[in-house]
Amino acid sequence: MSSNIDYSIEPEVVEGQPKLNQINEAIAKPLETRPSWKYLVALGISSTMLLIGAVCLGFSFYYGIGLWGNNQPVGWAIPIVNFVFWVGIGHAGTLISAILFLFRQRWRTGISRFAEAMTIFAVITAGLFPLIHTGRPWLAGYLFPLPNQHRLWVNFTSPLIWDVFAVSTYLTVSFVFWYIGLIPDLAMLRDRTKSKIKKTIYSIFSLGWRHSNRHWHHYEMIYLILAGFATPLVLSVHTIVSFDFAVSILPGWHTTIFPPYFVAGAVFSGFAMVQNVLIVVRKIFNLEHIITLDTLEKMNKVMLATGMMVGYAYGMEFFIAWYSGNPLESFVFLNRAFGNYAWAYWIMVSCNVIFTQLFWFKKIRRNIVAMFIIGVLVNVGMWFERFVIVVTTLSRDFLPSSWDYYKPTLVDIGILLGSFGLFFTLVILFIRSLPVVSISEVKAVVKGSQPVHH
Amino acid sequence: MDNQMNTSENLYGVGALFKDPNKIVKVVEKLVELGYKHWDVHSSYPLHGIPKRMRLKWSPLGYVALILGLTGTLTGLFLTWWTMSVDYPLTIGGKPWFSFPAFVPVLFELTVLLASVGTAIVMLFIIFKFPNNQHPLHDTEYINKVSVDHFGVFIEAKDELFELEKVKSLFNDFGADEIIEIAYDRNEVTFKPKVFDVKFISFLVVIAIITSSVAYLFNNKILYLPPFDFMLKQFRLGPQESSTFFADGFGMRKPPAGTVARNQEFYPFKNKPDEAGMKLVNPLLATQENLELGRNKFNTFCSPCHGWRGEGDSRLNGQFPNPPSLHSEKVRNWTDGRIYHVIMEGQNVMPSYASQLTEKERWAVILYIRSLQRALNAKQEDIQ
Repeated sequence: MSSNIDYSIEPEVVEGQPKLNQINEAIAKPLETRPSWKYLVALGISSTMLLIGAVCLGFSFYYGIGLWGNNQPVGWAIPIVNFVFWVGIGHAGTLISAILFLFRQRWRTGISRFAEAMTIFAVITAGLFPLIHTGRPWLAGYLFPLPNQHRLWVNFTSPLIWDVFAVSTYLTVSFVFWYIGLIPDLAMLRDRTKSKIKKTIYSIFSLGWRHSNRHWHHYEMIYLILAGFATPLVLSVHTIVSFDFAVSILPGWHTTIFPPYFVAGAVFSGFAMVQNVLIVVRKIFNLEHIITLDTLEKMNKVMLATGMMVGYAYGMEFFIAWYSGNPLESFVFLNRAFGNYAWAYWIMVSCNVIFTQLFWFKKIRRNIVAMFIIGVLVNVGMWFERFVIVVTTLSRDFLPSSWDYYKPTLVDIGILLGSFGLFFTLVILFIRSLPVVSISEVKAVVKGSQPVHH
Repeated sequence: MDNQMNTSENLYGVGALFKDPNKIVKVVEKLVELGYKHWDVHSSYPLHGIPKRMRLKWSPLGYVALILGLTGTLTGLFLTWWTMSVDYPLTIGGKPWFSFPAFVPVLFELTVLLASVGTAIVMLFIIFKFPNNQHPLHDTEYINKVSVDHFGVFIEAKDELFELEKVKSLFNDFGADEIIEIAYDRNEVTFKPKVFDVKFISFLVVIAIITSSVAYLFNNKILYLPPFDFMLKQFRLGPQESSTFFADGFGMRKPPAGTVARNQEFYPFKNKPDEAGMKLVNPLLATQENLELGRNKFNTFCSPCHGWRGEGDSRLNGQFPNPPSLHSEKVRNWTDGRIYHVIMEGQNVMPSYASQLTEKERWAVILYIRSLQRALNAKQEDIQ
């Protein structure tokens, strides 16, 4: 009767065969206990970072974006680097929640909710940057094709408008996917709680879900449909982000390898971020048996694979620069590796390609400290990858008299810090306000929870 | 109404709780065999194979997603086609106005957006009829246990085959751990429309007030405050502003002598009405088009004082002295050039109308004046 036949013996997703009620307890615990001092310290640090970013943004709005380092010829600088970086972080969440769902990878259950939430927070953070980069974010309504008094429409042939559509669709669909997943868990919390205020809130957001199998029937279908839509969507989003560069005619940007290269890079950095945050969360909230070491090891394997794809792309760019015989291309790539931004280029290569090779060793893949450090390095490397792409190409444009060396200002760095602050503050608040692990999904994969059909 | 209230406690149905998911399979098989219609299985996670055993129909959500997705594609196609090649055609990079490949990303995103959001809305609000926090099952021991670690089978009292004792013994036969009767309160579950509720209406009013005041403040006040007004206040001098840069303190400078502004007209007959009358010739023919133009401009600029027919019957009620009639012997004998001069320079209290009318319009107005003069002083041959 069972439709999915296991061809290989899969290890149990959840360690120690917990009882169903223990799962409820374990996952609901962070929501029902007072925060520990560790949590408050973490929240304090992240909200301080957020505040620094907010102050820097306030200055930028008041005095104008002349406070940033952007200038001719590097007009797309740190804001766009940050945008691409944060959109990339989001991609891991959808990959885990949608693509691994379609591939029936059951180990995703422990981390999917968290990864989806990180997608939403990362896309929110990312969406901030193109807006502030326009300098007048309060006029952002004109990015959408709304009828206006000027009788103007947006230019649908521009990759920047594709971006608007891709990122806003991505945010909306991720949110819907995440919320649909949350409904049964919110209903479970509603049935658990004794507090009247909590009960009202959970009742409103669980919409009156009553665990009916007539509903589960449709629910499983929509989950499949949403996963099916989210999969091409996630591939399209970073493809379109890469079009911002690839559709231009600048050497170093105008390459057909960009879409797959960007998607691989996005998954790479996203997995590193999810892995980093999960290591902290499972430690603080004692969820080691649900977010298992096996899961983390599998994530490290994905990082190893995508890291090598990124490394292949670095090599292929150089090969094409030489093979195309285009002197501008070869100049740009030689300039990347040996020019005045060589330091950034080599940080990128060493963090993304060289250090990740350590994941070939099982001991390192299963060592929490080592994988955490490599994860941090991967994110440093991926941030510098975007920096290298954006800045090296622009700082050496077609007109040597306008060449310049771009340097971010303190305000730029403050806003970057603030973006991490925003992301981590949202993550930290999420941890204590909603179940970080999908209760219904984990229950469904615990041994003995499913009926045996004859 | 009162009768109903007295018998407000009604039996909604009977539920059985099981701890072992395998028992559920057997109960489900039995209920399907007996032919119950209004019953359900409750579990806090989807149980594999149960919907199939319950003989539930294939979920229609796939078709819903297909239809909504295609709607999204067509919407996107219409939007891109209409805006880019009909309403505001714009040539970009020498490409055709309808450059389909460039619209594909937008079409794709709209397809996904409409399909996913729409399907979710259809499922939650149409198929499930959510939000429904007043369902009789809520806040019962039955659902509280289901949501932790029990599996429930529930038969509603409205089922044709429902008989309380029979159902209970059926559940007992399958080894139910607990059997719970659930009643519901008629007063609680009313289906009166809540749209006209005072609370709901005041909620709407509050939302409307908040939204409109925020929109008003934003559009009329906040956008004119720093830093949002930086576009309005820039580091340049406006007309009539003073400047410390120049010795005379004026921000505006006089143009160098002999400067001629672009498109400025040069009128050679300044203060020379007779010369103008002799030398200027009306370049326009009395075509219908020119006369229409002349009438239009005459009615707009001349008729307020000169009257609709140029008889000097001003509509200004004495706020401005009435001009003489245009049908006088003098004016009828003037050449077109002489009238042109009056339009250019003005006469007596009449100011110059050079800035209101272009050269062509002036001549067209003169043509119209000529036709008025002829109409009011028609000769014998005009009648034929």
